[in-house]
Amino acid sequence: MLSSPLDGLGFIETSPEMLALFVGFGLVVGVLFGFFGMGGSFLVTPALLMLDYPAPVAVGSGMAFVFGTAVIATLKHHDLGQVDYKLGVIMITGTTIGIEAGRASVYYLESLGLAGGVISVAYVVLLGGVGAMVTRDAVRGDGGGGVDHDATGRDLGEYEIPEIATRIQQTVRIPPMVTLRGDVRVSAWVITAVAFATGVLSGFLGVGGGFIRMPAMIYAIGVPVPVAVGTDLFEIVFSGGLGSYLYGQGGGVDLGIVAPLLFGSALGARIGSAATAVVDADGIKIYFGGMLLIGAVAVGIGEVGSYLGNPTLELLGLVLVIGAAVVVAFAIVYTTIASIRETRDQAAAAAD
Amino acid sequence: MAGVEIPTWDPETALLIAAILLEAIVLYVGYGGLERLFGPYLTKLLIGGEAGAQ
Repeated sequence: MLSSPLDGLGFIETSPEMLALFVGFGLVVGVLFGFFGMGGSFLVTPALLMLDYPAPVAVGSGMAFVFGTAVIATLKHHDLGQVDYKLGVIMITGTTIGIEAGRASVYYLESLGLAGGVISVAYVVLLGGVGAMVTRDAVRGDGGGGVDHDATGRDLGEYEIPEIATRIQQTVRIPPMVTLRGDVRVSAWVITAVAFATGVLSGFLGVGGGFIRMPAMIYAIGVPVPVAVGTDLFEIVFSGGLGSYLYGQGGGVDLGIVAPLLFGSALGARIGSAATAVVDADGIKIYFGGMLLIGAVAVGIGEVGSYLGNPTLELLGLVLVIGAAVVVAFAIVYTTIASIRETRDQAAAAAD
Repeated sequence: MAGVEIPTWDPETALLIAAILLEAIVLYVGYGGLERLFGPYLTKLLIGGEAGAQ
């Protein structure tokens, strides 16, 4: 009865080098996932494809890994009081319906023979657009209603709400109104609409969708950044769990890949989510925006490569995505250590 | 097969997902314990001396 799952463990077949590679890669992805609330499927699946795993195993194992990482990061954010379960449940409902609508559109476009091209263009436009917006805000400092990410010793109600979110809250007052963490009062319809729209994009692009949902929660609903990160992770537990189950039924989940990735990412997610409480807000937004912009360029290069049948360009796209992830993860760790040092020095100076 | 996929009950797949969930919880608790045990020492190592200055 247990033979099939145990066969799928794959530890015996996985070489020590591959185990070390998966643990290291998991660490990098975990830091990003815990810090931004996104990045798992975006990085792991293409990396597994590059390592010559069949597509269903790459996608299924990538999704199972995202599920495990989301469980760990949600537990951590729960301990920090940064998960809004009410918002999460409303978001899950809207997102699930949206994902199905997105998937239906993919099948429709596929029947017209347009799916691949339209999805790639949507990917580049979306990643580029969100990346440019977030980077612009970060570069301009507090301009345009910037959001502060410093959670140490601060009440969630003290967080500045972006201008656009305030305007939406004042304009759309259709009952029922919902009060969220950080004293944010918003119409349940706004949350449902945001969840549905991000679900459609997520289903359409075939990704977890954290990179769309998190900015949407900040800019359209107006929840504080730490709550957006924590609630997004809570939502990914459900969508990732369901997706893993569906792929697992077809033999697409390999524990020999997922277990070592998770081993590394559990540590990384702990570092990443702890860093959200320490690192400066603008620094975070610059990292996030920069990584999305590089992702947009990388997807564009990869798509041009596959259009021209040039494997070097495809590989370059992948190396750019993974390289950006490694650089950003190191930048997060470095900035966190620098911030703690600064705080310690200030405390020491004050004590003198 | 147009879009909507209804999951059917499969005990072996459920066991597989439960194993991942269990590993995630064990890792969370395990790393939490290690952090409590070695966290202060690591912080001191990373930040540099006088970590106890606060």
